[in-house]
Amino acid sequence: MNSANKKSLLTGELIKQAAIDSIKKLNPVIMMKNPVMFVVELGTLVVLLMVLLPEVFGAEERIGFNVTVFFILLFTVLFANFAEALAEGRGKAQADSLKKAKKDIVANKVVGNGIKVVSSAELRKGDIVIVAQGEMIPGDGEVIKGLASVDESAITGESAPVIKEAGGDFSSVTGGTRVVSDKITVKITSDPGESFMDRMISLVEGAKRQKTPNEIALNTLLISLTLIFLIVVVTLAPIANYLGIELEIPVLISLLVCLIPTTIGGLLSAIGIAGMDRVTQFNVLAMSGKAVEAAGDINTMILDKTGTITFGNRMASEFIPVSDQSLAAVAEWAAISSVKDETPEGRSVIELMKKQQLSYEASLAEGGEFIEFKAETRMSGIDLLDGRQVRKGAVDAVKTWVAAQGGVIPADLDDKANAVAREGGTPLAVAVDNVMYGIIYLKDTVKPGMKERFDQLRKMGIKTIMCTGDNPLTAATIAREAGVDDFIAESKPEDKIAVIRREQAEGKLVAMTGDGTNDAPALAQADVGLAMNSGTVAAKEAANMVDLDSDPSKIIEVVAIGKQLLMTRGALTTFSIANDVAKYFAIIPAMFTLAIPHMEALNIMGLGSPTSAILSALIFNAIIIPLLIPLAMKGVTYKPMSSSQLLSRNIIIYGLGGIIVPFIGIKLIDMAVNLWI
Amino acid sequence: MGILQIAAVLILLLLLVKPLGSYMYHVFSNQPNRTDKLFTPFENVIYGIAGLKNRSGMSWKKYTLSLILTNIVLVVLGYIILRVQKLLPLNPNGIDNMEPTLSFNTIISFMTNTNLQHYSGESGLTYFSQMAVIMMMMFTSAATGIVVAIAFIRGITSKGNTLGNFFVDFVKAHTRLLLPLAVVVTLILVALQVPQTFGATVQATTLQGDVQSIARGPVASLVSIKHLGTNGGGFFGVNSSHPFENPNPLTNVIEILSMWCIPAALTYTFGKFARNQKQGWVIFGAMSMLFLMFLSLAYYAESQGNPAINALGIDAAQGSMEGKEVRFGIAQSALFTTVTTAATTGTVNNMHDTLTPLGGLVPLGQMMLNCVFGGDGVGLVNMLMYAILGVFLCGLMVGRTPEFLGRKIEAREMKLVAIAILAHPFIILVPTAIAFLTDLGRGSITNPGYHGISQVLYEFTSSAANNGSGFEGLADNTPFWNISTGLVMLFGRYISIIALLGVAGSMVKKQWIPETIGTFRTDNALYTAILVGTVFIIGALTFLPVLVLGPIAEHLTLR
Repeated sequence: MNSANKKSLLTGELIKQAAIDSIKKLNPVIMMKNPVMFVVELGTLVVLLMVLLPEVFGAEERIGFNVTVFFILLFTVLFANFAEALAEGRGKAQADSLKKAKKDIVANKVVGNGIKVVSSAELRKGDIVIVAQGEMIPGDGEVIKGLASVDESAITGESAPVIKEAGGDFSSVTGGTRVVSDKITVKITSDPGESFMDRMISLVEGAKRQKTPNEIALNTLLISLTLIFLIVVVTLAPIANYLGIELEIPVLISLLVCLIPTTIGGLLSAIGIAGMDRVTQFNVLAMSGKAVEAAGDINTMILDKTGTITFGNRMASEFIPVSDQSLAAVAEWAAISSVKDETPEGRSVIELMKKQQLSYEASLAEGGEFIEFKAETRMSGIDLLDGRQVRKGAVDAVKTWVAAQGGVIPADLDDKANAVAREGGTPLAVAVDNVMYGIIYLKDTVKPGMKERFDQLRKMGIKTIMCTGDNPLTAATIAREAGVDDFIAESKPEDKIAVIRREQAEGKLVAMTGDGTNDAPALAQADVGLAMNSGTVAAKEAANMVDLDSDPSKIIEVVAIGKQLLMTRGALTTFSIANDVAKYFAIIPAMFTLAIPHMEALNIMGLGSPTSAILSALIFNAIIIPLLIPLAMKGVTYKPMSSSQLLSRNIIIYGLGGIIVPFIGIKLIDMAVNLWI
Repeated sequence: MGILQIAAVLILLLLLVKPLGSYMYHVFSNQPNRTDKLFTPFENVIYGIAGLKNRSGMSWKKYTLSLILTNIVLVVLGYIILRVQKLLPLNPNGIDNMEPTLSFNTIISFMTNTNLQHYSGESGLTYFSQMAVIMMMMFTSAATGIVVAIAFIRGITSKGNTLGNFFVDFVKAHTRLLLPLAVVVTLILVALQVPQTFGATVQATTLQGDVQSIARGPVASLVSIKHLGTNGGGFFGVNSSHPFENPNPLTNVIEILSMWCIPAALTYTFGKFARNQKQGWVIFGAMSMLFLMFLSLAYYAESQGNPAINALGIDAAQGSMEGKEVRFGIAQSALFTTVTTAATTGTVNNMHDTLTPLGGLVPLGQMMLNCVFGGDGVGLVNMLMYAILGVFLCGLMVGRTPEFLGRKIEAREMKLVAIAILAHPFIILVPTAIAFLTDLGRGSITNPGYHGISQVLYEFTSSAANNGSGFEGLADNTPFWNISTGLVMLFGRYISIIALLGVAGSMVKKQWIPETIGTFRTDNALYTAILVGTVFIIGALTFLPVLVLGPIAEHLTLR
């Protein structure tokens, strides 16, 4: 993901387009949406007028200075526009590739008893279409008949096809994906222009981008700061005039532009777009920027056990002999029964053997007949060439099987099996003919790295709650192993919603993932609901984010991205405002030194001349915008840590840095400017 | 020795913060307590007379409206008295009615807790006016400020819909806080030789045989509430430099502590309401840091003496004593000046016009910030506004929507805070610019050049911050100044009160967010530093250009 980011950031085409767009965005009607930069544009226009009509303003002698100021101001505006255009451009590039997938598709619509070939654009909600092997699915819908494998790489980028079938949680299909085998009947669930793909395109294009609540609040602050500085600068002229100091209009405009928060004003929308974009790059589709921000505020995270915290399939973790059998014997017969077993459980037995460095005679199984697991028998195994029958399976089933052959059931079997069950595992009994050898302990395995991630979440102040259908004992075991803070055992869908409501009543923001239709109410209730793309339409509709890769553990990364977005905004705001200190010390003495020579004492940076001081501050103010574009796009680095640590770190970098950097920057620029003045 | 005197006063203040802060908490937390027995019967009489039957909580709108209406009634009453004071009793000196624009200015000045005085008390007001208008408003305006703080604190620390009942708060602020304290301070002042009499001006024959009229009156009672209520309007024209208002160093210390104690102790009250005393100490700490910076500057600048006078070869060992009282000296004068403008009282024991340029920068700067302790109530509210602003600016940097005391700071709060932070520079700088554009304003400057800029700037800053001290020397009793400063005082007081009570009203209804390790902490040293930084960068830098043209230019050219 990161390398892809960098690549797309550096595309020549993208930069060219952004450069063109940044000029288009000079249109005052568009600029008005960004009041801070609009003020800069107005200032630029005033200086332009003074350059074009110097005699009207009596500015003939200062034409060189005014031209320079004009260009710096113009570039300040252009840089800000460029940042925004670049962020938008990246979204557009992504949208274009999606649009390719959304070509006009031919659909076989069921009309009465026949089939009519129509264009996908003519399909409406409720229409029924039939899609056969090799055809594209014409629109979002639900499979109502049949089963097919569908290639969804157009939206997910995942090349392996997924199974879609009528009924259940795997019935939803997305327009623009391709059926690779079999035939399905699909009921269309969206009108043209409202499909998932359409929404996705408009989202990544940023066409429907609305300012988030937090952005609005920040904008209010930026506008009021702009107004304050406008008052400061406008009132300065008559006050200085009383002392007989005539302040030139371009100098006043320079002061104004330097003081108003142009850095954050210019980068604010780029930060927002780039934040959304990072989520999209991550193959998560956020329905709004608000959802991404809310992710940053999450206090509680509700996670399904299966698939999110654990792999969901049970793995062999221990061999337990019964009666007087040896561990080696149980292991050997377990392995032999599993040699030809391709189920995850079967493979995990072989893997456990390797891990425990146990060996078995593989030749024994050669030529044997594999007995598949059946719901009636609840056992699987192998019939060896020498006539011996090896079986593994549910304890009671194997017990019955052994007893039927006249075998004796060891007395400790039930106790050991129950012990495994109590710990949350599944016991499988292993037997050969009428001899019971022991038990395979099957365990639901926690995904690697989950414990560390939950630790990180805890450091961020996020509480994790695991939901599982398991009994409380099993749930407690897994919860302890994974390191989640809390769990709900034997949970029903209603329980999730109850937990969400309870947490929300305490003022907490809750995130959850889900895919089934019965998750939909909880997804809607949660502040951040991440639905799996493989899930049902109802779940996706109810959620405010959809994970195209259907990986529920991604919710953790989404939270990090949300936090990073807010942090980037805060860091650049602080930086921008802290910059003012140095700019004051550059411009104020420069403005008054000619009239009041003593003011030189305030020129603590030792800038060359009043003219160079003003120009340097202005140039610094302009070039800091493009210099910070990469930061705005990538976001400030975020590592999970407590708020106090984060704050100290960011205050030092962006607050203190924001005070110190411009002193150095302006001084350096001044030295360069003095070379040619 | 000077530093020792200052340190002693600071320690006395520190000792007062906790007991007074707790006491105010008990007064306004509306929980039953021991003092009820003493005050409730008295208060019930007042409620009875006023017909206050419904004492339940009010929404912020109702609270604010009640506050404004009460203030309007008092303004009208006060205005009428001033206009007909000649006909009223207690006028042994035969003082005439007050002129309309001056009456407007005076009444606004006292109602807004500013006490900018374009008149001289001894010649412009009857004893009745001094008591029924000036002293009445000194109580009511201070009480208004205090209840604003209490309502604001309730808004940001409690859950529900109401900020409390304005009338109950207003009455209690008088009966349980201001009146008892004023009685105590008055008695102490009287004991320390401050006059308290209805007798007319005394005629004295000097050694040369001339007849001198010595003004007197009910001075001690006025001086006590003048300070306790952070009012600052003196009984006499020269305010607390007058030997009858402030006869000796001891009264000086008592006056300093009187005006400082309520604003400082309110931070403790805030901590108690927030159920986290550290929150209160953070606010107190930030205020103190700013205060100490300003105090050091004032003390240093004044003790260095005036370079122009030093250049004449006059001994500067005593510092710049021009305009100061010998009985107070540099330390007591610098401290008084810093406290009176920090707490925006506006009482003076020396002439601020004659402070050295940097010494003059101190009162100007503190009034521009208007949150270094600040006036009764409003200072705390202003600092809390900066606290909200600081949380908003830096809170994002921990990757969460900014929260203050468990509530999110969102667009609505930011809009209201924006109004409050915008109003202050606006009503200072715009009128200052206008004054320099017209002869009506320019003509009043008595000391042209950089000092003239300071004079005008000071007048409007003092009005906007509801301080009321004057950089005397400005010929300010003209319709232009009476009306312009009148309006500035009015806006300076009520715009921020309304906007910030709006913030409280919106915060009180918010869902509380439980504190976690991911929460931005507002009760530690780092946050104190952030708060000071926010006040400096947002509050102070705004005024840097104009300060450069005034006191800083004067300082640079003088040294």
